[in-house]
Amino acid sequence: MIDFAFPPGAVLILAGLLLPFLPGAMRRVVLLGAPLLALASVWAVGDGPQVETVWLGLKIVPVEGDALSRLFASIFAAMAFAGALFALNRTRAAELAAAFVYAGGAISVAFAGDLVTLFVFWELMAVASTVVVAAGDNARGTAQRYAVVHFLGGAVLMAGVAGHVLATGSTDFVAMEAANPWAWAILAAFLINAAAPPFAAWLPDAYPASSWSGMVFLSAFTTKASVYALIRGFPGEEILIGFGLFMVFYGIVMALLENDMRRILAYSIVNQVGFMVTATGVGTPLALDGAAAHAFAHIVYKALLLMSAGSVLYATGRSKCTELGGLYRYMPVSCLCGVIGAMAISSVPLTSGFVSKSLISSAAGEEGMFALWLALTAASAGVFFHAGIKFPWFVFFNRKDYLRAGGGVPNAPTPQGPPPKDPPWNMQAAMILCAAVCIALGIWYEPLYQMLPGRAQVIHDGAAAGYTAMKTAKIVEQLQLLSFSGLAFFLLLGFMKRTPTITLDADWLWRGLPRIVAGALRAPFARARADAVNRLEKLRALVGAAAFRTHGVQGIAARTRPSGATAFWMIVLLCALMLTAWL
Amino acid sequence: MMDDGGREGGDPWLVRPGTIRGIRIVSLAVLAGLVALDFAVSKDGDYFGIQGGFGFAALYGVAVCAGIVAVSRFLGTFLKVRDDYYDD
Repeated sequence: MIDFAFPPGAVLILAGLLLPFLPGAMRRVVLLGAPLLALASVWAVGDGPQVETVWLGLKIVPVEGDALSRLFASIFAAMAFAGALFALNRTRAAELAAAFVYAGGAISVAFAGDLVTLFVFWELMAVASTVVVAAGDNARGTAQRYAVVHFLGGAVLMAGVAGHVLATGSTDFVAMEAANPWAWAILAAFLINAAAPPFAAWLPDAYPASSWSGMVFLSAFTTKASVYALIRGFPGEEILIGFGLFMVFYGIVMALLENDMRRILAYSIVNQVGFMVTATGVGTPLALDGAAAHAFAHIVYKALLLMSAGSVLYATGRSKCTELGGLYRYMPVSCLCGVIGAMAISSVPLTSGFVSKSLISSAAGEEGMFALWLALTAASAGVFFHAGIKFPWFVFFNRKDYLRAGGGVPNAPTPQGPPPKDPPWNMQAAMILCAAVCIALGIWYEPLYQMLPGRAQVIHDGAAAGYTAMKTAKIVEQLQLLSFSGLAFFLLLGFMKRTPTITLDADWLWRGLPRIVAGALRAPFARARADAVNRLEKLRALVGAAAFRTHGVQGIAARTRPSGATAFWMIVLLCALMLTAWL
Repeated sequence: MMDDGGREGGDPWLVRPGTIRGIRIVSLAVLAGLVALDFAVSKDGDYFGIQGGFGFAALYGVAVCAGIVAVSRFLGTFLKVRDDYYDD
């Protein structure tokens, strides 16, 4: 490996800043070329600090490489390529430019060797991703809420970093323990960006408000950069197990309640990141490898699912399950790719999700953590239930024909215009690429395992051996779990009727509650205001009457005085003055 | 399984009654076959004894999904609101 000092993230940041000024053809070349150049730069970064300097007395290491950095940076760069291919015909240059700066920020976070660099690129990601969110239709309010949460997270991170540097004298970004307020602040900032409770609601609020292409970029970077930061900064922090498990089941339940396909997939991101956070909390080398591998696999299959959903939105302008269904015959490529993504997220054997999630559940098994293993197994069934079947079923199947009015769904509007069709070639190519990666990783998973920091090694009786995902018993167990979950889905379908609703989340506290409080206070406020106005009216009348008495037409101050009297009093005053001066 | 009726002649093969019947039969056969594999597959690599129980994963999958649906429906009564609730 050649040691290379040029920061790989800078390739995409510079490309992003350049994009709005490029003509159409040149923009496409940069859109596809820059991520590949960034990927090549990632693999040119050697182990250890590559660039080091001192700024304001602080040691700054903008580029420091190791296996974990390269793994995350590689998938960030690859995802920038797939996202750019999908968004090639997107005309809003600001979104694409921001998406590239965002991706560059994520790569730079992965290579940050110190906490100051980490903070700078953390904030750059927050700014750029806010622009990506805001590029959606009518997403201005959502983008403002997104920015508030992320800048709050940034402020917490800055406080933590400042305190940590002051307390330890070191800026190094290495493993910490949540044993002092500064480390807690850093951990909290990482968890906010990972969409952990109580701030998880920013994700299902913001991502579905972005454009059909924007959500593909958004799904890849913020939460996974946080997972990277947690693996690097807080491996084995036990509280993460609790946070992670909560996220896993919260994501499942909320996704089951949702009607909008993109909100379903947004909650599914929280659910999947929950697996990674849980594994980070377990903290063994196998668990950390599982967290990293699952992040890698998740970025691809989640992008695939969102590309499939984005294609449906692009073709139909709809995203509610109550208004979709029966699209399999009009959009076969999007349907097939969506099903492959759904299989991968469900950890169906021979897909990427199986080889990555197996590492996590096996890590719990290796440590004898029975309750955790049981919970993760239950969660696997739940993932198949909410994302593996619900998404493709209600979007592509469920109805015989998308174009038939009603389709058995009460109040569903009849689609207008020509039948929808699969999206343009570039969007299909991006989906097919991601689908191929999902299957390839599920079959030839050894290269992925070799990229992991611990190379997916298990230790039995003191001897290390490579982890094997493809054990017959494990495959049968997983197939039983998933197929009977599928049976349960169809048996319980009557209990899961789609309704034109959304599900209230914790963000109701700052979106809904203030309105209710304002509504409740409206009547007393109105009464108090009327009372105050009434009193003021009375006071004004009193003052007016008094003023009228003295200053009115009959008032003493309004009377005219004869000029003779005025002259007389002037003479009296002058005489008094002269007398005073003479005396 | 499909929601709507309508004309059958123009339906693609996937949603014709015969195809759906075939899918159901094959699916049930696959489910039964997967459970039957418990007799044949060695459980050497299991971490916990419960994994060796006959049809454990199948039963657990159904039970978990039923539980998740029950919890979702319960929470849904409190948390579901019209999709124009926030109206922003």
